[in-house]
Amino acid sequence: MDILIYGTINSFSLALMAIGFTLVYGISRLPNFAHGALYVVTGFIVWSFINILGIHYIAGILLSLVVTGLIGAAIYQFVLIRVRGMAISEIIASYAIGLAILEGLRWGGFKGMTYTLPVFIEGSIEIAGTPVDLQRIIVVGIGAVVVAFLWLFTHYNKIGLALRGMAQDERAAMMLGIDSDMMALIAMALGSSLAGLAAVVLLPLGNIVVEAGYNVLILAIAVCIVGGLGSWVGAVLAAFMIGFAQIITDAYVASHFRMVVALLAIIITLILRPSGLFGKQKELEERV
Amino acid sequence: MKVETGERRKERLDRGVKVRTEGIYAISSWEEMNYLLMPRLALILGMLALPLAMPSAYWQRVISYACIYALLALGFDFLAHFVGLVSLGGALFVGVGGYLAAILNTSLGLPISLSIPIATIGGGVLCTLLLLPALRLRGVYFAIVSLMYPLVLLRIIEALNILGGTEGILGVASFPGRWIEQYLIICILILSLFGLRRLVNQDIGLVFRGVKDNDQAVKASGLSITLYKSIAVFIASGLGCLGGAYLAHLFMWAGISQFALDFSILPIAAAVIGGGGTLVGPVLGCFILVPISELLRAFGTLRIVFYALILTAFIVFRSEGIMVYAQRKYHQFERWVKV
Repeated sequence: MDILIYGTINSFSLALMAIGFTLVYGISRLPNFAHGALYVVTGFIVWSFINILGIHYIAGILLSLVVTGLIGAAIYQFVLIRVRGMAISEIIASYAIGLAILEGLRWGGFKGMTYTLPVFIEGSIEIAGTPVDLQRIIVVGIGAVVVAFLWLFTHYNKIGLALRGMAQDERAAMMLGIDSDMMALIAMALGSSLAGLAAVVLLPLGNIVVEAGYNVLILAIAVCIVGGLGSWVGAVLAAFMIGFAQIITDAYVASHFRMVVALLAIIITLILRPSGLFGKQKELEERV
Repeated sequence: MKVETGERRKERLDRGVKVRTEGIYAISSWEEMNYLLMPRLALILGMLALPLAMPSAYWQRVISYACIYALLALGFDFLAHFVGLVSLGGALFVGVGGYLAAILNTSLGLPISLSIPIATIGGGVLCTLLLLPALRLRGVYFAIVSLMYPLVLLRIIEALNILGGTEGILGVASFPGRWIEQYLIICILILSLFGLRRLVNQDIGLVFRGVKDNDQAVKASGLSITLYKSIAVFIASGLGCLGGAYLAHLFMWAGISQFALDFSILPIAAAVIGGGGTLVGPVLGCFILVPISELLRAFGTLRIVFYALILTAFIVFRSEGIMVYAQRKYHQFERWVKV
């Protein structure tokens, strides 16, 4: 029962971390290696809003999501747009920006155990004899809401449909009058906000540390590769597979094997089914 | 579409001497021979003379670091611009090479003359095997997987407390003398640089470029893309492992700091600043960046921010790099012509 409950919670956490990355990659074919950095930076923005500017917690969260979205949009507009289509430059540029943000934060003194966010609601409840924090319930709730929201957004909204069109075929979408740079900008802003959302929901469970940026990037990438790069359904499904696999290793082996599980998941996927669970449509393009 | 009616534009023409030196006429007079030999001799003699010009043992150590980074940068440039694989994990190569050399030296008692070559070859094979799953695929997979390995291996070593845990492996043998230590790495660097330059102009270099530019054509010629990618990764990771093995003997220690991010990011920055695709450029980039980074040592991790920002600026605004610019100036002259 423990495994079932914590596995579900862990799976939703992973889905939250990964969905922003897979959104950006799926739409603009841009591997956003700054994803982990955006996650951590949101944590610090919320922390400074609350503790330095004295803004109310909820308002601070909403404001910080907007700020992170703007940061993502700025990264795209001022840097990535100039190197789009050049695969080597795209990867290096986004990786360099992520590194600059993370190591800049580390240099700025944001390390150690001193930075924490308060949980949304204190307390815990018992589900079938297992005590669970309310914050973890909120993680599951928000995870489900985000997945549902994204599905509705991309199926019943003009911008969402345009995004989906671009994900399927960029040239055809451009011929139909969809501004591909604008859509990539929106995708990047949305993806960054989603990374931020994951941060504000998950960070109250622990400390805000710079290393989390690298961990989140690795986990997000693992989930995306297992699910098939750019596939949202695949990412959610893969989040459940890796999430449960991690909790099961936690329970039966040892908790520091979590990262090994993520790495093994990537390697096994690349060997057996390189395009991931749901990457079928791009299969021929990616295999050599 | 409105055409901007600029009155003049720059025209670039090859210098006469450049054209003459491409064929057998290169040996027709001293001018042509100088034109060909001078840059190469300047580089080789400059590198050999560099340690003598350094004021202190500390700065000679810095030269050794620069050479290690230069080996990584060479590997990166070779993979990125000749084979089309972006490796974000130079730290993986250094770490594997360093640990292998340390284990061979401390546990098996092999001397330096054996431990470094075995760590180079063995490390190259090991890294290639680790990266093999990503080599069968096109696209960003190689970058992602090579980015992950150093981060994950670091955590595994820390968490499981294997290979000496956070303390590392102590008591690795040192080099017999300061000058041997210094000139060994410089000679290795010069040999690898000219060796790689030669390699990419051989038939196999042509296949490598084919893998980068048009892999279907390579496949249609009945060549295995994965095999050629593996060979390329083996060469590049071998160079990195060689640097790592040398580093382990230089420090007399192998530890988790050899998986540090510096080893991943600095060679990339050096390759971009020095000029990608020239092989010489990344080496020069390292000899510029590493001393600067030593001067900035007091700033701690701010250095990584500094490389990353320079890197972003160069890749966005000046993606050709120093060496491509210098080669253009050397081989061509420019003049304004009326349009």
